[in-house]
Amino acid sequence: MTTLTNGTPPDLTGKNLSFKRAAANRAATLGIALCVLIAAFPLGLVAYQVISRGGSAMSLGFFTEEIARNYRTEGGGMGPAIVGTLLITGMAALISIPIGVFGAIYLNEYGKTSPLAKFIRTMSDVMTGVPSIVMGLFIYVAYVVVIGERNGLAGALALACLMLPIVIRSTEEMLRLVPDELRQASAAMGARKWRTTLGVVLPAASSGITSGSLLAVARAAGETAPIIVTVGLTYIYKPDLFDGANTTLAAQIYRNATQPFDASQERAWGAAMALIMIVFVFTIVSRIIASRFAIDKR
Amino acid sequence: MSDDPLDASSADGVFGRSATEFGVTALTTTASPQVPDDLDLGGDSRARGTDRGFRGLVTFAGLTVLIVLALILVTTTARAMPAIGHEGLWGFITGTRWAPNDDIFGTFPMLYGTLVTSLIGMIVAVPVSIGIALFITEVAHLRLRKYIVTVIDLLATVPSVVFGLVGVLVVVPFIVEWYQAFSDLVSPIPVLSSLFGPANTGQNYFTAGMILAIMAIPIITSIAREVFDTVPEADKQAAYALGATRWEMIKGAMLPHSFGGLVGASMLGLGRAMGETIAVALVIGGAFHISANMFDTGNTMAAVIAQQWGESTALHTDALVGIGVVLFAITVIINFAARGIVRRAEIQMRGSNA
Repeated sequence: MTTLTNGTPPDLTGKNLSFKRAAANRAATLGIALCVLIAAFPLGLVAYQVISRGGSAMSLGFFTEEIARNYRTEGGGMGPAIVGTLLITGMAALISIPIGVFGAIYLNEYGKTSPLAKFIRTMSDVMTGVPSIVMGLFIYVAYVVVIGERNGLAGALALACLMLPIVIRSTEEMLRLVPDELRQASAAMGARKWRTTLGVVLPAASSGITSGSLLAVARAAGETAPIIVTVGLTYIYKPDLFDGANTTLAAQIYRNATQPFDASQERAWGAAMALIMIVFVFTIVSRIIASRFAIDKR
Repeated sequence: MSDDPLDASSADGVFGRSATEFGVTALTTTASPQVPDDLDLGGDSRARGTDRGFRGLVTFAGLTVLIVLALILVTTTARAMPAIGHEGLWGFITGTRWAPNDDIFGTFPMLYGTLVTSLIGMIVAVPVSIGIALFITEVAHLRLRKYIVTVIDLLATVPSVVFGLVGVLVVVPFIVEWYQAFSDLVSPIPVLSSLFGPANTGQNYFTAGMILAIMAIPIITSIAREVFDTVPEADKQAAYALGATRWEMIKGAMLPHSFGGLVGASMLGLGRAMGETIAVALVIGGAFHISANMFDTGNTMAAVIAQQWGESTALHTDALVGIGVVLFAITVIINFAARGIVRRAEIQMRGSNA
């Protein structure tokens, strides 16, 4: 009151800031914006290199033909690796998503704040941080050595171990968003808890669960380390995951990138482009589902 | 709704049509109190058993996390025992000579490489990530914010092997001259000259550290954003009301408030960086020595497993699994501590909020 009566309103423009303060503010804003550019630069570099170099390797034959056995030979494709990537990742999803969703149901619908549920929650967070190569070593020791051969299923199991904690945590987040009124309404109709959970809560959260799971699939599709440890190598189509060594795009990129020959490097770029396309399709579909059917927009 | 009057579900249909014919008063009759015969609410005793069974099923699914983690620890440790026993645990971790052909397995050069590359990665990634998080929460407009979040999300989805591919085929041949130029530049300065010595190849600790920084940025940024979001709006507005500029508000109100959370976020990024395998394996060079020169070739624990897995046999394989066990232990401890710090910081913030 008193300030306004004497005629001069308070100066809110910031024009009379001391030079030092104004400069510090400008410099900080600039620095913060620079950080975004620093992060965007590698993404742009990767996108440009993969598209320009991988694009020239693209052809119909690249997607269908078998992989060349010699690093130096030109030609050949990535057909088996593309099929292998999709099958192994798909199998991993089939294993990990049901377990993950049920685990999340336990955490959110049954366990809640019980000590066991809290412990599982912490440990699945910890499991998210376990390096992928350790998962590969684990499946090698616990499965490959036991059955005596490397095969596609071993890779799927390793990827499933990687995906499990991600699916659990993202699903639990989604279940938490389901309003309690839905559960109470279902219970008031006389439905038992398992009915409520499977018939009301899960469908209400289904879009979020799908999008979270697809994101986990996209991550798993690009994993290399567990694949080279557990899956082995092949040059031909192996549609049967139980039938000996298999291969994926990521493993082919690693294998070909380490060679000094032009033909193998071109294959690596082509495989990188194919892999990025697969991963991005999963990611984009996941985002579309998440934004179209978001639970809070109903 | 079926138009066939003989259809079993047509009862609703008849009522529905009659309601529109007879007007509003008839609408109430459409809400039939009768439950359709095929709707089973699971009220009988058989269903009670199902309830118990379902509970058991989901509990078991939840327990798989613990089972898998325990199995990882037990099976890999059991497999690695011969190699670790061969050297003794202390010798295995601190031994400086790695010579699989002579059955000598000292993993310290790799442990050193892991620590050095992760440290370089963190020195770059932590400030950059905090900057991005600040830009998203405080500086950017709503629309710009969406684009930046997309860029960071895309950065997280690019497979690590693709970063490695671009690193080894594009960056490494190109950047070695820059390294050499920088090395010449700092050669008169005592400490820096030993840290940044001559660069013979672009495959070195520093390049690996840069790639780790890129991979850690998305995870640190996303948690830093969550942390900044918990800063009470009242604190920010109070800082502005006292005449603070935006930078002074960030420095005075946001950073002290979110310090604990940022430490946790950085540790999570560190855990991710230490476990990164393929990208590092491609750009680290694969040498087994300990060098203070950041422009020298080296190796990390995860990378050596990937590099030597194909040609390893017997005790060598056991030793590689042993490296995995040590890596597992380190990352689990770091993640455990980081989650604890983040959670405690969040509780503290909520407390001050209330």
